[in-house]
Amino acid sequence: MTGKGFLSMLFGVFKRFVMTYVEDFRKGKDRYYTAEGIESRRKADVDGIFTIQYPEEKLPVPEEFRFLPFLVYEEGENGEKDLRCTSCGICAKVCPPQCIWIVRTNDPVTGKPIPEPKEFYIDVDICMNCGLCAEYCPFDAIKMDHDYEIASYTREGNIYGIERLSKPLSYYSGIRPTNFAAEEIARQEKEAMKAAAKKPAAPVEGA
Amino acid sequence: MSEEQVTVAQVPDISLQFDGKVTTDTRPGYSGFIVGAENLLEVVKSLRDEWGFDYLSSVTGVDYLPEGKMEVVYHLYRTIGGPALVLKVQVPRDEAVVPSLYDLFKSADWQEREAWDLLGIHFEGHPDLRRILTWEGFAGHPLRKDWKEAYFEEETKPYKSRWPEGQTGYIESNNPFHDNVQYPSGFDPDTWISAAEEALYASAKKIGRDEELHTDTVVVNLGPQHPSTHGVFRMVAALDGEQVVFLKPVVGYLHRNHEKIGERNTYLQNMPFTDRLDYVSSMSNNFGYALAVEKLMGIQPPERAEYIRVMMAELTRWMNHVFSFGFLWNDLGSYFTPMIYALEERELILDIFEAVSGSRMMCNYFRFGGVARDLPAGVLDKVKELVFERMPRRLDDIDKMLSTNEIVRNRCIGCGVLTAEMAINNGASGPNLRASGVPYDIRRADPYSIYDRLDFDVVVHYHGDVFDRYLTRLDEARQANRILQQVVRDIPEGPIMTGKPAYQVRVPAGESYGRVEAPKGELGFYIVSTGKPNPWRYHVRSPSFINLISLEDMCRGGKIADVVLNLGAVDIVLGEVDR
Repeated sequence: MTGKGFLSMLFGVFKRFVMTYVEDFRKGKDRYYTAEGIESRRKADVDGIFTIQYPEEKLPVPEEFRFLPFLVYEEGENGEKDLRCTSCGICAKVCPPQCIWIVRTNDPVTGKPIPEPKEFYIDVDICMNCGLCAEYCPFDAIKMDHDYEIASYTREGNIYGIERLSKPLSYYSGIRPTNFAAEEIARQEKEAMKAAAKKPAAPVEGA
Repeated sequence: MSEEQVTVAQVPDISLQFDGKVTTDTRPGYSGFIVGAENLLEVVKSLRDEWGFDYLSSVTGVDYLPEGKMEVVYHLYRTIGGPALVLKVQVPRDEAVVPSLYDLFKSADWQEREAWDLLGIHFEGHPDLRRILTWEGFAGHPLRKDWKEAYFEEETKPYKSRWPEGQTGYIESNNPFHDNVQYPSGFDPDTWISAAEEALYASAKKIGRDEELHTDTVVVNLGPQHPSTHGVFRMVAALDGEQVVFLKPVVGYLHRNHEKIGERNTYLQNMPFTDRLDYVSSMSNNFGYALAVEKLMGIQPPERAEYIRVMMAELTRWMNHVFSFGFLWNDLGSYFTPMIYALEERELILDIFEAVSGSRMMCNYFRFGGVARDLPAGVLDKVKELVFERMPRRLDDIDKMLSTNEIVRNRCIGCGVLTAEMAINNGASGPNLRASGVPYDIRRADPYSIYDRLDFDVVVHYHGDVFDRYLTRLDEARQANRILQQVVRDIPEGPIMTGKPAYQVRVPAGESYGRVEAPKGELGFYIVSTGKPNPWRYHVRSPSFINLISLEDMCRGGKIADVVLNLGAVDIVLGEVDR
């Protein structure tokens, strides 16, 4: 019959429309503005309204989510910041849009480079959030952030300096617990290997 | 692949033919044949008519500045399958003139225009050799190696100014004019009128005029900003009443010279840039680029990485096709509600991409010799849930809602017909080609990765109209689902990377062409390496761009209202068209 297919489509649309109310009714208040509600709306068997009501609700981001790099520092006993960065420059070399600028510190007396950055800039207007800097950093010093709400009214100040970029290790382990744990294990293994290698007279210095 | 089989699809040594007009390319790392410009037409005609190389896939140029040579590279295929026959024509750089293949292959049309535009190679005999990606007043040919852009800093990345004495600052302060526009000398933007634009309108007006009745055609511009053109895209159409008698797409509004950026980048740096080509299916773009570079490096990813790659590529394909159904509905006038249905399905897949790669659309997940990271915990279960339950069910829903719908059938059946001959000649690929009755799928015709071990059918439909394009995509999505079910079942444990991850890969000198069956068609990457950290030439054979050549054939003779539908059914993404 002509028109049957068309009507069945309309019925499909109507069914979805009704289902949104049925789902809301069935799940009650918990469907919106709660963590479980958001989780239930992201499952593969979800029916009804799908939308997350940003900014009242926010999707939890997965651990691998990447948005703008930051520099990890370890906190010393009396609160001093010890940046992991050694200013080796690999992140600046691997950066596809070349948005990282690093000034290396030189020892004022000998003129030899010291493994800590004097200045570290990232132009966040140019950064494409590819995550290559974090991926290839040999010291786990630069990592990708989870904070994506950085809108501002002007471009000024969008070149982030070392102050703005530094975040504590506890922050990093908080947003990326699995990665952090894996890195810690790798680090301990490496140190154990180093210690084992040091026992014979000639220590082999790696990187 | 494993046992030695004699296939029809082997590349013959054509240097033994043609009375010495063709010689083998003997440069180390190179393959294919070199032919003189004066013999090109004869050789290609014979290859097409006698040797069965009926599909001209890619035409591009390479600027060998140190040798003072300009090389035009042709990739010819047989639609029955098999590897490429690569032809090259070398001409002096200063007077780069090559005969046009327009009369033999219409797929050369836009590609030769692109080579003219970006490299300044003049194709003799091309009837419409205008610039295509840059604007008519553009100064110079940007892919020539001696051309410098407005913000030129250095020939290749990484730039020396970044480390160890990082000179931070806004990029535009490097430019003395604080302006990123270059004009040819003597150019005045206020009085300048584009000659090419004039010519385009003149040729549109010429067609269909009846001198006796003094009737005229109406020239209509659809776009560049138009709600029904999937992006910034313009069509100049001449109408006789409601009928389209002439239609020329105008592209390039989103042009950013991806290839020049690619040649500045190191190999790895370019990976995230490929995401920006077809931003709906970035994983497939990664795949093609990784294949091309791996071919040059001579490495093979481990088994698990291959499975992950195929899984991501097929999820992308499924998602892309469902997305295209949403757009089909949209173009038919059912505004945005069904589109949102399609987006819902896409969201769930993007969740997986985000969990795996860290980004929903700009995935940047593939690396040379593997993938960036292993699947995080729980992702595989999520994929299983989707591919065994939700995805097949949703496809059935879409099938039920669209395939028998009278409005869809009346609008789509018989609309925008592309015959098999036309589709092959126009270089159409992907679902556009297979909907016209040509069972050509690179996953079968020239298998890569693990596709030769997977069980799936090449979808083909025979009417070549919009409805068959839709059916092809629908069936293909089902096949993608089938592949995914096998992949999640069989995925082995193991490493995900061959060798150590390195931020500077060593790529030996040579050339390679890696191609994949992307959701939109054949996506090819042509790379020339000189052994340096950056590619000497990086060319993208983008399916959307070349599929658009067929748009004129689809629309001519049809109604103006169907133009929108035809454009939607070609399934383009402007990020890839304009590059």
